[in-house]
Amino acid sequence: MDDLHLRQPSAAGDLAPGEVRLSHARRGDKGIIGAVGAPAAEAGLDAEELERRLLELGFVEGAAIEVIHEGAIGHDPIAVRLDDMRVALRRKDAAQILVRLAGAAQ
Amino acid sequence: MSAASARVALVGNPNSGKTALFNALTGSHQKVANYAGVTVEKKEGTITTASGRVVSVLDLPGTYSLRARSPDEAVTRDAILGQLKGETPPDVVVCVADATNLRLVLRLILELRQVGRPMVLALNMFDIAQRQGLRIDLEGLSRDIGAPIVTTVATRKRGIEDLVAQIEAKVEALAASGRLEAANTWHEPSPAEIRQAHAEAQQIMKAHVRPAERPDTLTGKIDGVLLHPVAGLAILLSLLFVMFQAVFAWAGPLMDGIEGGIGALGGLVATVLPDGLLQSLIVDGLIAGVGSVLVFLPQILILFLFIILLEDFGYMARAAFLMDKIMGGAGLHGRAFIPLLSSFACAIPGVMATRVIDSKRDRLTTIMVAPLMTCSARIPVYTLIIAAFIPNQTVWGFASLQGLVMFGLYVAGITSALAISFIARRLFWRGQVEPFLMELPTYKTPDPKSVLRNLWQRAAIFMNRAGRIILPLMVLIWVLSTFPYPPEGATGPAIDYSFAGQLGHLLHPLFAPIGFNWQMTVALIPGMAAREVAVGALGTVYAVANAEEQVGTLAGALSADWSLAMGLAFLTWYVFAPQCAPTLAVVKRETNSWLWPSVMFAYMITLAYLAAMGVYHGAVALGWG
Repeated sequence: MDDLHLRQPSAAGDLAPGEVRLSHARRGDKGIIGAVGAPAAEAGLDAEELERRLLELGFVEGAAIEVIHEGAIGHDPIAVRLDDMRVALRRKDAAQILVRLAGAAQ
Repeated sequence: MSAASARVALVGNPNSGKTALFNALTGSHQKVANYAGVTVEKKEGTITTASGRVVSVLDLPGTYSLRARSPDEAVTRDAILGQLKGETPPDVVVCVADATNLRLVLRLILELRQVGRPMVLALNMFDIAQRQGLRIDLEGLSRDIGAPIVTTVATRKRGIEDLVAQIEAKVEALAASGRLEAANTWHEPSPAEIRQAHAEAQQIMKAHVRPAERPDTLTGKIDGVLLHPVAGLAILLSLLFVMFQAVFAWAGPLMDGIEGGIGALGGLVATVLPDGLLQSLIVDGLIAGVGSVLVFLPQILILFLFIILLEDFGYMARAAFLMDKIMGGAGLHGRAFIPLLSSFACAIPGVMATRVIDSKRDRLTTIMVAPLMTCSARIPVYTLIIAAFIPNQTVWGFASLQGLVMFGLYVAGITSALAISFIARRLFWRGQVEPFLMELPTYKTPDPKSVLRNLWQRAAIFMNRAGRIILPLMVLIWVLSTFPYPPEGATGPAIDYSFAGQLGHLLHPLFAPIGFNWQMTVALIPGMAAREVAVGALGTVYAVANAEEQVGTLAGALSADWSLAMGLAFLTWYVFAPQCAPTLAVVKRETNSWLWPSVMFAYMITLAYLAAMGVYHGAVALGWG
């Protein structure tokens, strides 16, 4: 399981150690949402709309998150436990969410 | 105090038990209609308070935010803001919350508070919260949100009287003061404002809600199986397979019963009435026609029973999760799975259910392919043809061959729907893809009463259709196939000389290349009103034509008259053909344009013609002609 955390950071780069974009998280990864929103390079109307939708569904900084299921084909979409609820989303849309992995801090 | 009607609107997150609460409040005093100008379903009911006041209750579509994106959510927003055309704004807003899942609804409540309408919070599913050891400081919470709180268990009708009392108190306070509690300051929140509201909601949660001591673990365990990449998909497919086998196996005895009853009724009427035109109209036109449609009620009910149970259990969202990659590969949204699955019952609710898809393009694609899903109105046609041409055997030791052919027809519908949407996506719409974001609700045991109520509503819709569309059509067909009478000394069957026969002969050259005889062509014409009418039409055409010979069942008559190739071509035609005027009408209404129903009609009829031609000539080449 541990080698999962050593994988490549996303193309957006600038990830601190122990951070992962939710789009690249694997089943079992858990932590706290560090940031929600598109990287500056990808900002735009569509990106802001997605950000608002994610926020409305509870993807907000500080929320506890854990990847609990992955789809059969290409591990996509994923299901996450988000505080007390379960939410399904596609990896593509999950790229806006930065997760601070719980295990990495120790 | 007059009994003047006050208005209440129910609003809340999806899966908060809002509809269960609506049912508990209004009981059987409810009606389903549409909002003026839009096609969103409007559920309205009435309650009578202890003091005799009549209050109307509106069940608004579930939402996470007043910032609406789909037509459903726009109705909720406009209703709350009092901007809905033709609707009086609600006097009191009842916010329905799942007591075990408060975080998101608290943010919605903060938005509702900005609107300034009197509000009551119903903490629903409170029994589950208590069982989980969730502690909520009701007084503190009520103070912070500025609204009275009532705890309810909608499925057991607990807390309903309290809720009604609180609503009435709010109505009276409003009547006394004559103005709203605060001015409306609501506007679409920016991302920063949503974050701010979340922070505020989080504060309120921290102050008044102690986390569950025994949180629900069952949902997680069930999901471990049902969402498993391999087992989950296998279960979904087996579920669909069982569903369609059940539609055949379980419905059989009931259908035999109905058929026997209709036959007995026809026989009884025939002995009472004198021979002649009236007897023929009633027995051959009305009773036989309605009976041939009524007989499929058991199958439709079984199919709907499965769909309603899966929906109420919470499985539908899981099915959408499992199917998203496959649907996405075909250019569809995972959410399209639910409208498409509903289209197995009927394309009309299916097309209407596409409202849950936010993006216009995704929605249009889904609407366009929805009628390719095998709707229940095709079942009568399929069953008839299968019974006539496919032997009733068991293959591989367990599966019925007839059931397998049926399964194959369903697969043909699904495959072609995916292929068409894939092509549409590639050819026409290569733009932005909508996000797929969906809550996976906690599993719940379906409430038998609500399942039955839902099932009853479906049956009523079907019966209504049978009465209003099919019955007049059966009479029309009887007239068409009875008049004019054959000339003196005619040798052929009477129907050959009738209007229906003439029309069938007229159109027949068009359909001859795909193997149809003129009787089949005649059946297609009334079959435009609704697919299942074709069965009644075939029944009438053949019963009238062969009346003297007294051939037994319709299936027997068909297998005697058609070749296997013709039967298969007819089946294929029904997989694709747009044989349903109501669906086209609904598409016109949903897209607000004649363009899309025209496109739908054109592509489906082309597909049907080509596929039926291919199947017919293929089957003839195999020696089944």
